[in-house]
Amino acid sequence: MTNTLHRFGPAESFRDDYVVFAMCSKGRNDQDALPRLRRFLELAVPFKPVNLGDAIHGAALRPSKHMTPASHWHRDTAPDFPAVIRGLTGPTTVAAVFDNRPAAEDFVKAVKDAGLGLSVNISTSIDGAEQCCFAAGIPRHSVGYSLGFEGSTEKLPNSKVLMLSTMCGHGMISHSLAKKLIDWVREGRRTPQQAAACMTRFCSCGVFNPTRAARILDQVARGESQ
Amino acid sequence: MKINPEKCVACGNCTYVCPMGAIYIDRKTHRATINRDECVECYACLNGLSQEHLNPIFVRIIRRLFQTFRLRFDPEPDVCPTAAFEPDELSWPRVVRRAFSDPRVPHESTGVHGRGTEEVKTNDVSGRVQLGEVGFTIEFGRPGVGVRFRDIQKMCTALAQSGVAFEKKNPVTSLMTDVARGAIREDILDEKVLSAIVEIKVPVERAEPIIRLVWEVEKQIETVVALGVGARCDEHGEETVVAPILEKLGYKLERAKTNIGLGRITNPAGQAIDLSRLPSPSGAR
Repeated sequence: MTNTLHRFGPAESFRDDYVVFAMCSKGRNDQDALPRLRRFLELAVPFKPVNLGDAIHGAALRPSKHMTPASHWHRDTAPDFPAVIRGLTGPTTVAAVFDNRPAAEDFVKAVKDAGLGLSVNISTSIDGAEQCCFAAGIPRHSVGYSLGFEGSTEKLPNSKVLMLSTMCGHGMISHSLAKKLIDWVREGRRTPQQAAACMTRFCSCGVFNPTRAARILDQVARGESQ
Repeated sequence: MKINPEKCVACGNCTYVCPMGAIYIDRKTHRATINRDECVECYACLNGLSQEHLNPIFVRIIRRLFQTFRLRFDPEPDVCPTAAFEPDELSWPRVVRRAFSDPRVPHESTGVHGRGTEEVKTNDVSGRVQLGEVGFTIEFGRPGVGVRFRDIQKMCTALAQSGVAFEKKNPVTSLMTDVARGAIREDILDEKVLSAIVEIKVPVERAEPIIRLVWEVEKQIETVVALGVGARCDEHGEETVVAPILEKLGYKLERAKTNIGLGRITNPAGQAIDLSRLPSPSGAR
């Protein structure tokens, strides 16, 4: 799930973005991993995550395959956490996303105490992850730095679009959709929350952060730089 | 992926959701059409769009009526009103596109979903990157640009010539015909994927030369590259070896994923890692 590593933006822009994910390693701790992965997700719920998901079945807010015309006026934007937990079928990567550091810290402490034996990673600003580890009394084991984007960067869109679209590192949220929704919020055709929910549905593993997205959309619509 | 022309009403919603921008409304047929050479079979259109199952004829009449009077209906932007997308039966080599682009499909070579790599995410149980080593993830095509294997091969060839070893449990490595030369099988070189990751590991003293080599190859390929650098922390959770090298090269370190070391080997046949045997930073290769 390197898909959480290369989120675009300065460290300060991750103040409301803490992705905590768990995975097992093939051949090492994947046997009987399902109940432990499920427990990881269950532990997250009391700390009010803004998204939850697994890499096979998707996030807490998913597209509907049987919409009705009336749905256009009554679109459900509430995350369904129990569906994610129930839907786990086998070893995969599971993730919980928080929009504040105290919640992420408390969750990490709970995961540590649960002794699940899964590999757990925190993806956020370097400082934010250090603070979470410090609060939980855990020394960091390894760190994977993001060095950002290089090469033919002239093919990339502007920074605001990138901040939104890279929240699904699997690339399921297109630059065009992010740009379109920025415009729609700017025109008043959708609220930042509605636009964020729309993008959330495209993220297939549940690591998209709708709170950060709504904040960015709101700031861009009001012409703020950060 | 294909779009059923009997169902498509040319609403245009799908043209925005395609990460590659490969869907357009054909002005002759008035139907959404996929540029198959650019399509990476990520299934974002089929999986991401919600679906209504409206009668296409009815929808076309309504749309024409609204168009005539210059009226704008403001439907949800992530809906295919007639469920017009249909999965194509993919054969070799096109099936490679989906394996590297649709995150819901696990890679056969590693069994891992997404891009199929574990990197330092499971370093606490795999011991893949030890003290004194640097693990690189060199990712191509991300975000939203895509990459052909021919460009990936340019990087692999250069890296192989410099003497680095590729991670064996990696989907790109599994497609190499000659790992020592970094050669990827000929029949997939023109296939385009959303993104792919090459993984290598080097002693820390080689980190800077490798990054400079990557910079050189980046000039020769037509896509974006996202570099990830993995390092083992010391017993106090500090990482003071690799970060200074990266900062010296001009990188501003903003974001990272941090493995907090809670993993344990629990499979009966798994071999535990004796952490006391890990080499010290000074003596490591």
